[in-house]
Amino acid sequence: MAKRIETVDLSCYYGSMQAVEGVSLTVEPKSVTAFIGPSGCGKSTFLRALNRMHEVIPNARIEGTVLLDDEDIYGPGIEAAAVRRTIGMVFQKPNPFPTMSIYDNVAAGLKLNGIRKKSELDGAVERSLRGANLWDEVKSRLNKPGMGLSGGQQQRLCIARAIAVEPQVLLMDEPCSALDPISTLAIEDLINELKDRYTIVIVTHNMQQAARVSDVTAFFTLKGPGEPGRLIEVDATQKIFTNPSEKRTEDYITGRFG
Amino acid sequence: MTIADSTQSLRRQSLRQASIPRAGVAVLIAGSIGLAFVLFAVTPLQGDADFVVVAALLSVVILVAASWTVEGRRRAIDRFATSATMLALILTLLPLGFVLGYVIKRGAKDFNINFLTHSLAGIGPLDAGGGVYHAIIGTFEQVLIASFISVPLGLMVAIFITEYSRSSLATAVRFLVDVMTGIPSIVAGLFVLSFWILALNQPYTGFAAAMALAILELPIIVRTSEEMIRLVPAALREAAYALGVPKWKTILRVVLPTATTGITTGVMLAMARVIGETAPVFLVAGNNFFINNDPLHGQQASLATFIFINARASSDLQVDRAWAAALTLILIVAVLYVSARLLTRRNALARR
Repeated sequence: MAKRIETVDLSCYYGSMQAVEGVSLTVEPKSVTAFIGPSGCGKSTFLRALNRMHEVIPNARIEGTVLLDDEDIYGPGIEAAAVRRTIGMVFQKPNPFPTMSIYDNVAAGLKLNGIRKKSELDGAVERSLRGANLWDEVKSRLNKPGMGLSGGQQQRLCIARAIAVEPQVLLMDEPCSALDPISTLAIEDLINELKDRYTIVIVTHNMQQAARVSDVTAFFTLKGPGEPGRLIEVDATQKIFTNPSEKRTEDYITGRFG
Repeated sequence: MTIADSTQSLRRQSLRQASIPRAGVAVLIAGSIGLAFVLFAVTPLQGDADFVVVAALLSVVILVAASWTVEGRRRAIDRFATSATMLALILTLLPLGFVLGYVIKRGAKDFNINFLTHSLAGIGPLDAGGGVYHAIIGTFEQVLIASFISVPLGLMVAIFITEYSRSSLATAVRFLVDVMTGIPSIVAGLFVLSFWILALNQPYTGFAAAMALAILELPIIVRTSEEMIRLVPAALREAAYALGVPKWKTILRVVLPTATTGITTGVMLAMARVIGETAPVFLVAGNNFFINNDPLHGQQASLATFIFINARASSDLQVDRAWAAALTLILIVAVLYVSARLLTRRNALARR
């Protein structure tokens, strides 16, 4: 089910501006990989390049290769929509569809991809909501609007929506930065459960969070304003936070960044 | 004055300030109106409208002057700005109220079920009775057909501008649409007359009128829909893309439903704008005193042409009918508008 992602010399551009330079990285299946680094270092851009969400932005493009189990997702004949179905994404701000109920939000990915059978949808909705630890809270009001939930519940609804299409990989772009500590804890527990089945990549500004949830941590930084972001070091989370090989990584995680 | 001095004086300022109480404001305004009475009694000033203007100006001047002496400069300016905006509001609402009031007063005389359910068939200029049924049918058919043409077209253009086109092309299209907004309605009518009726040799029909109205509706629908589609957060599009939903389906199932409220309002505004168009309709649909349900064959009346023809007739009976038709038209627009608001309001509530 879970798949490996490998990038080879991946660079990302917005028009003529280079945001990420030459990143080569492997994300192992059924593991949690955290991207940390200062704002503007390109970690979100890099993340979005992993499921071809980067190219949604006008004039954005990439150079290099992204392999999903040895298949180039930017290769000829590969459809972006199919890639995104395989590599799901959860965003920084919860973004449930405002016109849809809780049920329809979770079923949206399936319905919009042509699955109509009621029994199949019902099963997928319950499975996904259970998977996102939200089922017990919403099972009595599945027909109520998704926007009526609290911020933390909305984010878990978005996670349920993302896993409903049964992706192989789940990308999370600062999924907890808009949430309170209790909701954050709920999402972190959820990440721990999900990693049994999915490959998870999470971008976070919260280093404690990276230390808590991830198996592998990648540190990105940039030399200065206007410079592209680079991957500095990637290693087991334990090692990054106790004995990093790079001085810059150590400076960052100990708060002496500059 | 040094900086130390000025901070000293700031510190001395109390938080409490003298102010004119509400009752005091009422007394000042009442006094101003009284003063206006006196002025109109003893000076050559006269006239109702003049009295209203003088009383209003006096109220503002006296209120601001009193405020300046009691409350100080800042509050006086605030009073002035507040009363100026209030006056502007009243000035705006007055003509609207008068128009509505006068149409209701004149139109109520002939306005009844009989008027709404009968045509002018067999009714001469000197006969009482008769009605606007044929004109209502014409108006509805023409505006509906116009909307059936312009809503899909306008929506697709708006989607093209916002979602698909390169920026320079979008700017060009938007500019052309703005130019279209400025087309005088008679020109739209002339275009249909010369192109459809004269060049292509088609008959004068309600459908021809609908085409002219569609030309007028199109730019309004494009611009309002474009604004509404632009308001849909990019996060929703990204959420759909991230689920592997293709772009066209994202637009159809996520973007458009989210923008429905605004788009509906835009369509209603466009319909309300063209429902009263007279010149282009008269030009290409002609007129008919009989009921013609078929927009494709034969001339067809509309409420606007009905009003136009009857209002300039010599018989008072016809002028009364014109007023009743005007009232009918206003009511139809009101019903359309209110129902659209209710419809979209319910959607908005369900969303919360």
